[in-house]
Amino acid sequence: MIDAQQAALVGLILLPLASGAAAFLLGPGRGAGLCIASQAAALFFALQLADSVLAGDIARHRIGGWGAPLGIDLTADGLAAAMLLLTQAVALPLALYARAYFRPDSAEVRYFWPLFGLLLAGLNALFVSTDLFNLYVTLELVGLAAVGLVGIGGGALQIAAALRYLFATLLGSGAYLLGVALIYGAYGSVAVASLTPLVAAEAPTLVGLAAGLMLLGLLLKTALFPCHYWLPPAHGGAAAPVSALLSALVVKASFYLILRLWLGPLAPLTASHPLLPWLPALLGAGAILWGSWQAIRAPRLKTMIAYSTVAQLGYLFLIFPLLGTPGGRAAGILHAVAHGLAKAAMFTAAGVLIKATGQDRIAALAGAAQQLPLTLFAFGLAGVTLMGLPPSAGFLAKWQLLDAALGQGYWGIVLITLSGGLLAAVYVFRVLRQAFLLTSSKTTVAPVPRTLEWTAFGLAGASLLLGLRGVELVELLAVWGWE
Amino acid sequence: MSANAALLLAVLASSFLPGLVIFLLPERQVALRTALNLAGAISKLALVSVLLDGVYRGETYAFRHAVLPGLELALKADALGLLFISLSAILWLLTTLYAIGYLEGAPHRSRFFGFFSLCVTATMGIAMAGNLFTFFVFYELLTLSTFPLVVHRGTAQAMQGGTVYLRYTLLGGALLLAGSVWLQHLLGHTEFAHAGIVAGLGAEQAGALRLIFFLLIAGLGVKAALVPLHGWLPQAMVAPAPVSALLHAVAVVKAGAFGIARVIYEVYGVEFAQSQGLLQPLAWLAAATIVWGSVRALFQDDLKKRLAFSTVSQVSYIALGLALFGPVATVGGLVHLVHQGIMKITLFFCAGNYAETLGIHKVSQMRGAGRRMPLTTLAFSIAALGMMGAPLTAGAVSKAWLMDGARAAGSDWAVWVLWASSLLNAAYFLPILWQAWFGRASSAWPDEHIAARGWRETAWLLLLPPLVTAAATLAVGIGAATSWSPLAWAQLIAAREYLAAAP
Repeated sequence: MIDAQQAALVGLILLPLASGAAAFLLGPGRGAGLCIASQAAALFFALQLADSVLAGDIARHRIGGWGAPLGIDLTADGLAAAMLLLTQAVALPLALYARAYFRPDSAEVRYFWPLFGLLLAGLNALFVSTDLFNLYVTLELVGLAAVGLVGIGGGALQIAAALRYLFATLLGSGAYLLGVALIYGAYGSVAVASLTPLVAAEAPTLVGLAAGLMLLGLLLKTALFPCHYWLPPAHGGAAAPVSALLSALVVKASFYLILRLWLGPLAPLTASHPLLPWLPALLGAGAILWGSWQAIRAPRLKTMIAYSTVAQLGYLFLIFPLLGTPGGRAAGILHAVAHGLAKAAMFTAAGVLIKATGQDRIAALAGAAQQLPLTLFAFGLAGVTLMGLPPSAGFLAKWQLLDAALGQGYWGIVLITLSGGLLAAVYVFRVLRQAFLLTSSKTTVAPVPRTLEWTAFGLAGASLLLGLRGVELVELLAVWGWE
Repeated sequence: MSANAALLLAVLASSFLPGLVIFLLPERQVALRTALNLAGAISKLALVSVLLDGVYRGETYAFRHAVLPGLELALKADALGLLFISLSAILWLLTTLYAIGYLEGAPHRSRFFGFFSLCVTATMGIAMAGNLFTFFVFYELLTLSTFPLVVHRGTAQAMQGGTVYLRYTLLGGALLLAGSVWLQHLLGHTEFAHAGIVAGLGAEQAGALRLIFFLLIAGLGVKAALVPLHGWLPQAMVAPAPVSALLHAVAVVKAGAFGIARVIYEVYGVEFAQSQGLLQPLAWLAAATIVWGSVRALFQDDLKKRLAFSTVSQVSYIALGLALFGPVATVGGLVHLVHQGIMKITLFFCAGNYAETLGIHKVSQMRGAGRRMPLTTLAFSIAALGMMGAPLTAGAVSKAWLMDGARAAGSDWAVWVLWASSLLNAAYFLPILWQAWFGRASSAWPDEHIAARGWRETAWLLLLPPLVTAAATLAVGIGAATSWSPLAWAQLIAAREYLAAAP
């Protein structure tokens, strides 16, 4: 028998997959309505799932009735439910946005909806998989769909960025697969549930190597400094709805997996040396400083936002020395969720500005505040979250991170976090200042559909309002099902 | 939710909701926008008067909402908060009237009044914050909502002023955040309470507490414009006159000074802060700011810049009163929070009138302005004399209490600082008054664009607010001994703080 919880679990994977496939069958550029409807249903499922998990009930489903180690288990604990909820909450507005954004006859929209469905199915499957090989399959699914989306417009720059992204993502998943193979060789299993006690009992050198390969591959896919080289052209060059999907969700997927492995089956290895967690933290600090610096210097709006993603990803790794504390974990996930909403808002707002002004140099934004006040407001609100200023979810994440870091006496983390916020203010206000400038000549602005402006605003508003509901999220994260 | 908690939220909503609606209004809906603005301001006044009555009777008002485990947004209404709330609510109404007149026909009024309302909402939140966390939330909200007002004109000069403003305030915010989180970490909470909350921490945390005090005061000192953190204030005078009023009297610098009061009295506790030797350096810093601001004001030809440096100096009267240990000085500092607001807003309203009516921006252009605009100049003169501490004005009351407080605290040097400041105030205000009243007007004004009609020397919406605040300057000075005066309320606060501190 399948209960409501399991139906939600399966539905979250099958719905986008089916709507994507149907969109493909309907032909180029069609199927938008279908995908939006299925995304709305997925959001409902994710809410339902989060609600039941919040009650302490971890969702489990054995596909076809075969349990691990033979069959495939799907599990959704608090962390997975939170990520699922974030994914659907971002994807639904983005689907509405994309329908209004693409002209129906443009090349960009030809394969958008099938790839969109595939990407969402891959993401949702990734969050609920509990088997290393199955995770690999979902990783590839996400990676390939994302590469396809980047190159969707067919411009030379986009194709170049897509190819670069393809190499990075293939290299990353290849390393991960190699690691999985080594682990299978050592233990004869890839199911997390059976691996965890085995690794804890005995871990030969080979398993250490495998763990290193898997984590390195995933770091590359998460674009952690200095492996971020592929991200700015891909995220900055893609169409606005695609950039939003990639920056808000796709990079979070591989981060999610790193976190899972680090705290789950690989925990005996990662805890073997006290300095090991400082490696990602150090890279994270580098990402914050370098990414912010590049964002401050970037001449183009979307490149700036892409570098801001590089910087913001740094915070996700800054928490690794604090993972032992519940505060540290919550800070990381809060940040991932806040950034997901805010970055989607920022890219969609940028899309409106670019569509209206016809180009994306920051210097040419003068006067935008008069022409597109709502969009600029959305951009500003998203910026508030990125700067970690109240009242926003980003602020709660920052407060929680500072609190956890002080608890351990890690002053370096405190310093990096505070300066990261100030650097973010520099690049966000760079845009806002430009937009508030008066223009001498009346710049002409192309009319944009209101849907675009309002979805950007809605996403930004969500990232702000979440700042008032941190308690529920933290409670959700406390339901941990992977140990 | 109880009715008392709802009342606190209603105080916030009375400016927040009209602000949201105003953002969405098209530019040409002047009547509706004005109606919303005034309805918000008047209903806020009504709500605040209910609160005033309740707090006087000893009623408690509290609202809490947890945003993270162990971290709560807390609002409360107490005597100290209400001092600030009443000031802001009254001045908000006057500033709104003034802004409606000032911006008549100007572009982007919906944006202006939207952010204006957010600004006041943030100020109310600061005044009603029940813990340091909530205070910080609204303090940063204030920074964010004032930036668009400072750069409202959109000129390169406005951008420059706005950028400097952000640089100072965001850095200050980061320091305040560091101090607040640290305190939260040490105590597990940051509630404001009579006699403070940190005294129980034990001697081994004394060093940390000293450092936190430094972080908090530095973060608040940016908005309160303590030297050397005052650099943004003279730069921000490029903003339109109603915004200057907001920065100098209603909201921003007051938020800093008010925060210092909260930290000294309700986080550290004045007795504990004194025993740790934290107050003396702050008093010195305030004294240095008083003198430095006055000296700089002497050399400014730009009228608004001179007023801005005067604010730097005058706001530190508040900090000085708070940092001198003793109830008399406390009363002086707190009452000056209100008095300085009334007087300085008058001066900025008048400066705006000169600029809007005659195009006068510089002190050197003011020759004969008193004959052309007698009512404005009368208001300006009353406020300026008040700043100098002339008898019968609000300034005289503050200064008398501050000087008595300094003597009571055994800090006779502070009395000299106050005298020196009075002399300097006279030195930079009296020449203006002399020129305006007795100078011979040059043949034409720099840029006259509102013609005089009978006794109405300028638009009546521009004229009314400064006359009201000038009258208030006299009223709170003459009526200081009555039970409804700000002084009486400040005495109530001081009595409650020092009584609570006594065992």
